Amino acid sequence: MSLLEIHDLDKSFHTNNGLTHALKNIQLTIKNGEFITIIGPSGCGKSTLLKIIAGIDIEHSGSVKIDQKEVIGPSIDKGFIFQEPRLFPWFTVEKNIAANFSLNDIKVRKKVDELIKLVRLEGFKKAYPKELSGGMAQRVAIARALLRNPKVLLLDEPFGALDAFTRSHMQEVLFDIWQENRTTMIFVTHDIDEAIFLANRVIIMNARPGTVQKVIRIDSPYPRKKSNKSFQDFRHLVLNEFDKTDELELVDRAGI
Amino acid sequence: MDNKAGVLVPTSMNENRPIKKSMSSQPKKVKKLDVFVRGLIFPIIVLGLWELAGYTDIISETLLPRPSNIFTTFLDLAQTGDLFNHVQISLLRALGGFLIGGSLGLIMGLLVGFSNKVEQTLDPTLQMIRTVPTLAVIPLFILWFGFGEMSKLLLIAKAAFFPLYVNSFLGIRSVDTKLFEVAKVLEFSRWKQITNLILPSALPNILLGLRLALGAAWLALVAAELMGSSEGVGYLIMDARQFSQTSIVFVGIIIFAVFGKASDSFVRYFERKLLKWRDSFQG
Repeated sequence: MSLLEIHDLDKSFHTNNGLTHALKNIQLTIKNGEFITIIGPSGCGKSTLLKIIAGIDIEHSGSVKIDQKEVIGPSIDKGFIFQEPRLFPWFTVEKNIAANFSLNDIKVRKKVDELIKLVRLEGFKKAYPKELSGGMAQRVAIARALLRNPKVLLLDEPFGALDAFTRSHMQEVLFDIWQENRTTMIFVTHDIDEAIFLANRVIIMNARPGTVQKVIRIDSPYPRKKSNKSFQDFRHLVLNEFDKTDELELVDRAGI
Repeated sequence: MDNKAGVLVPTSMNENRPIKKSMSSQPKKVKKLDVFVRGLIFPIIVLGLWELAGYTDIISETLLPRPSNIFTTFLDLAQTGDLFNHVQISLLRALGGFLIGGSLGLIMGLLVGFSNKVEQTLDPTLQMIRTVPTLAVIPLFILWFGFGEMSKLLLIAKAAFFPLYVNSFLGIRSVDTKLFEVAKVLEFSRWKQITNLILPSALPNILLGLRLALGAAWLALVAAELMGSSEGVGYLIMDARQFSQTSIVFVGIIIFAVFGKASDSFVRYFERKLLKWRDSFQG
């Protein structure tokens, strides 16, 4: 059953140099429970696409539907993880996860405790964000989104600011969460390994204007090993697509 | 040990350790005493030199009475009960004026902070009044309300109003827009937005405003009592001046200093309690 349907999505905005086409003619259907990664060069509009799906950015043409309903604004149906954790510094970890819900509510309390376990932060319930490392803070942000039972979790380069080791650890944590909850994930990244490691399908985007260049289905079984041959094959497949992009850009420039 | 994650095990364990924890708690107590002693060194040296200068008649007793002299004067005044009365009157005045002006300043600051329309209507006028020196309105207050308690209270209220007004306004307007975006995504109600986001974020500024307002109220109290009164620590000072009782003047000044510092420490205590989440340079 399809969860998200995007038809004829166009997005442009005015800059000092005139009208810029950020996204052009995007068609996309995502099934319930899928793990999608979106990858592309900077400026290809991948973050813009994610913000449109989230309803944070609603000035566009074309239609974006979740469960057959047009997206008209942000909501807890669509959990959003920003590049930075964006925790409330005045709340402890558990209160950050509960946020506008009361921890005195037994149901909330129980769910928060479960989530703290899920994101492996036992023992840090009462810690303030200033006492957390970047990876831990981002896990709190993920737990905060999951508490609201989102239909889809949108992640905008969430591990981009982390070092390589923390990053692979976080990828495993996220993978475990997906295995356990089967929440639909749409994950924007610029890291090819990360994209292939996690996704059912990798969406490769192209810049100026932002379009979907190719969708690659990754059908090797989970959990994946980055050193495997099939992993490396997919890696080459994705890299080839980027080579094509470069060639296209060269042709473009020659035209000028 | 299960080594499923291979090389990643040590890092993931590292990951779960808080990076900023204060040093072990044992040397902390020693440090506190250290800080206290360090604060005492300078005043003790000054007092010693002062006493010595008076004792050897380098400085005249009527201009600068010795610390020991001031202390005995203080004891005398305290024994008659006069001092207690004056201090009580002064404290009530300062507190009353501060409560009136401070709470109005806080309320107005929050209103103006929350609404652009209120800001456009009220802020220009208030900013204009803010620049009028408190001392300049004393004659007006005396004309309107005489030398009674009313003019004193209003003077103190005016002084306490603006620090809280300006700072609570500023606090509300400096909430991080990124956190506002989070509040939108999490579907905060307007009420939750205020209680969970705006007020906690504005709290450091509001508490700073509170401290400044207390200081301003204290200053205005002295001005109000010096302009004419028959009770209060300000009166005590003015009265002693007329009879050249310099040591009483000193007692009054020291009382102002002690209570000023005490009220400031009181707010700072709350600041430390309420703002322990803040991640800033500790010196």
